[in-house]
Formats: sequence, structure tokens, C-alpha cells
Amino acid sequence: MRNLLSRTRLGTEGVLLGIILALSIVLALTTDSFLSLQNLFDLLNNQSVNIIFAVGLVVVLIAGGIDISFAVAASVVQYVVMTLLIETLGGGSWALGIILSMLVGTLLGLFNALLIHRFRIVSIIVTIGTFNLFFGLLMYFTGGVSIYDIPDWLYYSIPLLDLPAERGSATLYFPAAVMAVMVMLTWFILARTGFGRAVYGFGSSPEAARRSGVSVWKIHAFAYGWLGLCAGVAGLMQAHIVQEVVPNALIGQELPILAAVVLGGATLGGGRGSVLGAVLGVLLLAVVQNGLNLLGVTPYAFRMIVGLIILIAITTSNLGNLLPRSTRAKNV
Amino acid sequence: MNKPLNTPSSAGVRLGGDTIEVMAMTALLIFSIVFFSLLAPGFLSATNFSSMSMQLPELGLLSLAMLVPIISGGLNLSVTFTANIAGLTTAWLVQGLLAGMGILSVPMAIMAGLVVGAAAGFLIGVIVAYVGAHPILVSLGAMIFLQGVGEFLTRGGGISGMPEVFQTIGSGNFLGVPIPMLIFLGAAAGLMYVMHFTRTGFSIYMLGSNPRATEYSGINVKRVLITVYTISGLLAGLAGMVMLARFNSVRVGHGESYLLITVLACFLAGANPFGGFGRVLPLVLGLMSLQVIASGMNLMGASQHLATAVWGAFLIIVMALRMPFIKQS
Repeated sequence: MRNLLSRTRLGTEGVLLGIILALSIVLALTTDSFLSLQNLFDLLNNQSVNIIFAVGLVVVLIAGGIDISFAVAASVVQYVVMTLLIETLGGGSWALGIILSMLVGTLLGLFNALLIHRFRIVSIIVTIGTFNLFFGLLMYFTGGVSIYDIPDWLYYSIPLLDLPAERGSATLYFPAAVMAVMVMLTWFILARTGFGRAVYGFGSSPEAARRSGVSVWKIHAFAYGWLGLCAGVAGLMQAHIVQEVVPNALIGQELPILAAVVLGGATLGGGRGSVLGAVLGVLLLAVVQNGLNLLGVTPYAFRMIVGLIILIAITTSNLGNLLPRSTRAKNV
Repeated sequence: MNKPLNTPSSAGVRLGGDTIEVMAMTALLIFSIVFFSLLAPGFLSATNFSSMSMQLPELGLLSLAMLVPIISGGLNLSVTFTANIAGLTTAWLVQGLLAGMGILSVPMAIMAGLVVGAAAGFLIGVIVAYVGAHPILVSLGAMIFLQGVGEFLTRGGGISGMPEVFQTIGSGNFLGVPIPMLIFLGAAAGLMYVMHFTRTGFSIYMLGSNPRATEYSGINVKRVLITVYTISGLLAGLAGMVMLARFNSVRVGHGESYLLITVLACFLAGANPFGGFGRVLPLVLGLMSLQVIASGMNLMGASQHLATAVWGAFLIIVMALRMPFIKQS
């Protein structure tokens, strides 16, 4: 079995894709609504925010860091951008909204990068610090009050693709397109540019990368800045989907998204992971939840099952460590 | 397991090793007390001190539960939900299965809750030790799983209405000190003993500073790892008991916001993110300072959220100052 796996070189993405396909086939056979266009579109609509977060986070993980603060950063972006747009810019538009969100998000990410690079603090500590700092300040300045009165352009959902389906119609909305753009951009940078390769190199061996002339501050600035940018975009999309801005709505999302990205093959040591893997990691958990929902399992059991899947995945992907040393050596 | 590992002299040296951290944390504590007693009216009142010592133990016990894995070079993200599950077990046993057993039911239910906490930690330890996956991941998976178990069992609701005994534990005093505070100080003293005066404690420090050397020196690394997470789970379970007693109810997700603050407190008190360093005493002192800052700001009319922001800023500043001296492995 192990030999077969290593010979075919499926990689984490292949295995994930296989599991998702197998799950989908089972769900298509056992439920009548899983394979409907409506359900698949809904799945994409609902997961677009998480996927945007995930492709940002995978960059940081590949660069050998970790970030806990991105969901809070997204909430800060929502609030700052919305307040700016409503109070000083007279409503604004989509273009302005996205640009501002990217800008504020990137700034927050660069703040993390600055602390990590300039003061050489470990990324997990910095981001736990900024998590508390951002969250505390956000709640202090907003007083925990939500913004319901968001501009019209953000309030009304934009259908991209409207296809007739069994019940009414199946619609794919604007956030799905934004997600696709962010996924493609991140993939392009990581997989098709020299700089992207340098990010991988830096993640697997910072010292070797530094000695071969990779500029460390650029890597740090890009990784955390890009996650900040993604978080900004994701924050705007989340506000668009739920049609309001709630200061603590995204808090608590960071750890499950981290788990999904790791499920997609990124490691905490850096140097490994891919955009496709991150997307598949989020989708796997989404398909599982969607399937449980369609099968009529109580929603209270979802998290338990998702947690169990994560534990099993961690255990099986490291199965090699359970084998005796001699067998392990052969496969290295 | 050679004899020199555990000689009293080396334990003494190791205790002496935290002088700097203890001094820094004492200075911070004294500074914050002086600062707020000058600025915040009513800070030095007995009411304020008793409310501070009521709030500290939950966060304190959870931070102790976080400290041990950090010393070993890991992290346990499941402490808050381990506490929840332990609390749920106890509440459920008191109201359900053991309801007819009279006064004996309470200690039995508390024991069961602690056992469940320790068992959750034990399982994390087994996976970390035998699978070799990163503790952050394993405990993250366990966290999501335990939260799910709690949600499934309670259906999102809570269990409330504990017998009188819990109220006595939660809000009672013994010689003028709140009982939760005594529990916390007792746990801290116990942990201090284990970490500084036993072979297990020494192995945990050793594992944290150099896993490979530890393995080569004949220490059973797997067993040490399992012990680390079992201790962590047990302490988290104790935190669950205190939370149950103080609020007279248990709800999944209660105390969830403490998670990152426990990590913050450990790093603030000099625990090394790469493992091997971190002491109980500075952590206790550091936690007291955090509590003083929160209470003082509260008395000055600022919100709890501003205190959270100050804690975050504090962590960043302290780490920026400390980082040049930290050993990176």
C-alpha cells in the first residue's frame, strides 16, 4: 500500500482530491440534492470567504511562519473601510471598496511583518500579540456595535451566473469570482514566478535562502502582506454576503482555517504546501459538512466529526512515523 | 535514568535560574500596582482585591495547563475546551447519574471531571508521541473535536443549577482568601514541585531544550510527551471545575477567549517559544500583573477590551526586548 502510494506520487493534493471525489460520489448516491447545481453553487458561494483566507494563509505557512491574527485583521478592515466609505467618501463604489480593503489589509499584514522581521520575534507570538491588540482596539472603538447601514453597492448581491434548476434557479454570486481571482493570483505568484520559488526556498531553509541571496525582508513583507491583502478582500466579501458588519463575527475562524490549510498539505515547518491543497482542504471540510447536512445529521455533531477527520488525517499522513525505523528508512 | 539527573543541587540551580524572570515579573507587578493605585480611585480597596482574586484562577489554571506543553517545545490549543468537557462531565454526573447518591456524588463527579480532562490530554499526548505530528496541529484537531463533542452533548445549551457545595467552592472564602485562588495557588505549587524537583520535570525541560539529546540520554521521550499533555489536561480539567463552581453553570465555549491569552501570559513570563525554558513562579506573577492591569483599567473607566489591547501591545514590546536573548533551536 505504501509502495503503491509512493510510486504513483499522488501527493497530498491528489489524495485530497480522491477523498473529495469519493465523498461526492457517496453523497450523490445517498442524497438527491448533493449533485444539484444549486447545492454545488451554494457550496462555492459559502466557501468563497474561507478559501480567500486559506490561500493567503498558505503563503505564510510556506514561508515558514504562522499567523493567528488574520481573521481579526479582516474584521478591522471591514470596520475601517466601511466607516471611511460612509462617513468621508459618501458611499463609494465596488472599485473603491476593494482597493481600500486591500490597502488596509496589507498595512495590517505589513505591521506583523515589520515586528517579525525588525524585532526578530517568532511569528506565532507576534500574531497572538496583534490578535489581542487589533481585537481589543476594534471592540474598544466600536463598542461592539454592528454596522447595518452598509452602502447599496455592497448590500445587494450580484449574480454572476444564473442557471435554471429544479427549484427556482441556481445562482453563483460575485464573491465566487473574487475568490477565483485571488486563487489564480496566489497560484501564479507561488508557482510561476521566481519570487514564489524563493518563498518556498526560504520556508524550507531560511539560512540557505539568505546565503543564496534571497532578500529576507521581501519574503516576510510579501507573505504577511499578502495574507493581509487576502484578509482584507475576504472581510469585504463576508460583509457583502451577510449584508452587515459585526465586529466579532469572524473571530474564532482563524484556527479552523489553519486546520483546513494544514489538511491541504502545508506544514508548520515551512517549505511545503500549495494553493490547490489549501483550496481542497477547505473544500473537503465543506463537503463533509454539506453532506452531513443533507444526510440529516444534527448540525450540533458537525464540529465533532470535522475535528475527528482532522485528527485522523494528521495521524494517517504521519503514518510513516509509526512504522519501525528500518521500514521507514527505505521509503525516504 | 541516571542518579545525577535529580540531585537537589541541580534542582536548586534550576530554581535560581529564574531569578531574572522572577525579578522582572515582580518589578512589573509592583509597578502596575503602584501605577494603578495612584491613578485609579478605589484600586487599593479590599473589594477590588477580592474581585481580582476571584477572576484570576480560571485564567491562571488554564495558563499553567499551557505552560507545561510550551516548556516541552509544544503547545496545547485544546485547554479551554478540555476545561469545558471536564466541567460538562461533572455537571452532568452531579445532575444525572449520581444525583441519588447524596453528598458523596460531588467529590466523585469532580474526580470524574478531572479524569476526563486528564484523558483528553493523554490522548493528545499519545498522538503527539507516536505519530510525531506537530503538537499545534494535534491539539488544534483535538480542540475542534472537543468543542464538537460539547456542542453535540449540550445541543448548544448549557447546564446550570449546581448544588450548594459548588457555590461554596466558587465564591467562598477560607481565611479571607477566595477558595478558587487557593486552588490555583495549590496547583501552581504542585506544578512547581513537579517541574523543579522531580525527574519528570527535569526530563520535560530537557526535552524542550534538546529533543535529540534527550532521546540519546536514554529518557523515554514518548512517555515524557504523554505525561506533559496528561498534566496539561488535568490542569485544564481543574480550570473547568473552578469555572463550573464560579458560574454555577457550564456552557461550551465559556472561557474560549482565554486561549490566546494563556499563550500570551506564558511568553510574557519568559517561556521560550522553542521550548526548554519557562517557570511557574514568573508565570504566576505575570498573571497577577495582567489581572492588575485589567482591573485597574476597569476602575479607571476603560473597557475590558482596551485591557486586551494593552496586553497584546505589552506582549509585543516585552518580546521585542527579550528576543535577542532567546535561544532558538
